[in-house]
Amino acid sequence: MYRYDEFDERFVRERVAQFRDQVGRRLSGALTEDEFKPLRLKNGVYLQLHAYMLRIAVPYGTLSARQMRQLALIGERYDRGYGHFTTRTNLQFNWPKLRDIPDILDLLADVEMHAIQTSGNCIRNVTADHFAGVAPDEIEDPRPTAELIRQWSSLHPEFDYLPRKFKIAVTGAAHDRAVIKAHDIGLRILRHPDTNEIGYEVVVGGGLGRTPMIGKTVREFLPKADLLAYLEAIMRVYNLEGRRDNKYKARVKILVHEIGTAEFSRRVEEEFARLDGPSVNADPAEVARIAAYFAPPAYEALPATSGAFETAKAGNPDFARWVETNVTPHRQQGYAAATISLKPIGAPPGDASSAQMRLVADLAEAFSLSEIRVTHAQNLVLPHVKLSDLFALWQRLGEAGLATANAGLITDIIACPGLDYCALATARSIPIAQAVAKRFADPARQKEIGVLNVKISGCINACGHHHVGHIGILGLEKRGIESYQITLGGDATETAAIGEILGPGLAAEDVPDAIERIVSVYLAQRRAGESFIDNVRRIGLAPFKAAFQEASHAVA
Amino acid sequence: MAAAKRPALPVILLANDLLDGDVVFATGDAHGLCWSRDPGAALIGHDEATADRLDAFAAAELGGQRVVDAYLVDVAVEGGVPVPRHYRERMKTTGPSVRRDLGKQADLPLAEAFTRTAFARA
Repeated sequence: MYRYDEFDERFVRERVAQFRDQVGRRLSGALTEDEFKPLRLKNGVYLQLHAYMLRIAVPYGTLSARQMRQLALIGERYDRGYGHFTTRTNLQFNWPKLRDIPDILDLLADVEMHAIQTSGNCIRNVTADHFAGVAPDEIEDPRPTAELIRQWSSLHPEFDYLPRKFKIAVTGAAHDRAVIKAHDIGLRILRHPDTNEIGYEVVVGGGLGRTPMIGKTVREFLPKADLLAYLEAIMRVYNLEGRRDNKYKARVKILVHEIGTAEFSRRVEEEFARLDGPSVNADPAEVARIAAYFAPPAYEALPATSGAFETAKAGNPDFARWVETNVTPHRQQGYAAATISLKPIGAPPGDASSAQMRLVADLAEAFSLSEIRVTHAQNLVLPHVKLSDLFALWQRLGEAGLATANAGLITDIIACPGLDYCALATARSIPIAQAVAKRFADPARQKEIGVLNVKISGCINACGHHHVGHIGILGLEKRGIESYQITLGGDATETAAIGEILGPGLAAEDVPDAIERIVSVYLAQRRAGESFIDNVRRIGLAPFKAAFQEASHAVA
Repeated sequence: MAAAKRPALPVILLANDLLDGDVVFATGDAHGLCWSRDPGAALIGHDEATADRLDAFAAAELGGQRVVDAYLVDVAVEGGVPVPRHYRERMKTTGPSVRRDLGKQADLPLAEAFTRTAFARA
């Protein structure tokens, strides 16, 4: 894992001291709310419905056991004993008091964490594939790239007041688990077909929100060494030409859409040719220094199979089911990655109590070389577990209610905090997720349905990624009542797609029935081995629409 | 505070406490106003004069750096208790509907009322 050097350490500590002073001036009345708001947002402090909220960056979703334990402590000491993992692999505390936040930031700095650039019109936390360094289909670990971008973009003076927020995601694998096509910039590490050299495919202009767009490829192959100069060229074109007159048209996706991919690409290439690449690109020694932190950990040489593991699976169907859904192959022989579902049936998606965080930290130390990942699907991953330890791990998780065997299934629902917490929300998300999960709780039924992503947002801003859910649910207000719009056919992977609306909005209590109808069409019409999304693509929306409209009691 | 369009009467004034972030409600009598964390204690503005008074209190308290995000909310009075007409403000009054175990709102009667009406059939 990356470790702060003296500059990182000083930078974060200075920022804490600055914020402590800013809070002091706010409390003394020297700063008005209008003056203070942009300062607090620069440090991840929002005002939500019931309280302040602190959003803490988890760069590329990687956490150490020590960091997780510190988050548990903060949750217990300064919040209400729990936190919420988000679709951008951040952690949000829902109840911090403004007067305590400088102390919280100090505790974070103690473990090389912060809340800088988790809000505001700047380059936000850089995310990556949660199986980085682990996945067998990986070409190169995306985290050194993400860390390089983090350092380059932190307090970059030129990009501190962009037209709008800016999100970057990186994947190093063929299969996209980082939703790169729904980011302002998505980077895919690949090998050049002729030279075998490693570089990047650069995708720009993806995003969800009120105008969902799939990112467009602006450069098929960018040599690795040119990364920062090319990113700088993109940011300059956006900074100069992105709209500042209308916040709803200010994201880079609108610029790309309005001038076209070819023209956007031309302007970026022009800027790239003009700027002094060598002065912008990272020193190869620095790139190597960063990359060294992500060198594979000290694995043991293990056989490819474990007798104890196979015996445990054979003797325990519940364990076998958990392995089937929540355990992912590892590139290192004898190891696996274990997904810890934060979606127990009926619980708010992504929430973890301080006790659970502490347990995960303990288990990471015992079983996963002290490493933890946060996924954009609001789950946790222990990335390096020996096959022979999986049964013991599963037992310990089970004791804490963390062994739900549903990763990727219909009850592994992404949901934003929605109107239960969020000041922007137009409807609740969490109760919908709870109701749908309860409806499909039966493990046999979940298995029969197979991979199905349900994603729920409580407003048009789409933090719950509903546009790219196989089934998306968007909560809106319709004549003073919460109303839910269902979309179908979205896809968050390399075959990214925006879902299409099935029909009129539904009342909250009708949503589980509507999902049931949609699933029934799939089960009746699928071919052998055909997944839900493949089925939707093959048969089209019409049969689903018909079933949906039969069932819908529109709020209209 | 720039005068946003005032909601229909009756109204209450709510805000977030600057230091703690907690939702607070303007309460008081003819002699003066202060903040309470109990929505049941909120002073109900049945007439324009009281609404004006609540507005002026909001402006003074925002200026005095004691609260943030202060605004008037239209309510229905049920059993003498003000209940915001819009579900968003009801949520603000009761706390998250999914964590009834949390917070100061957990044992207030209003929270119970909101839980009963929401997702009754889910």
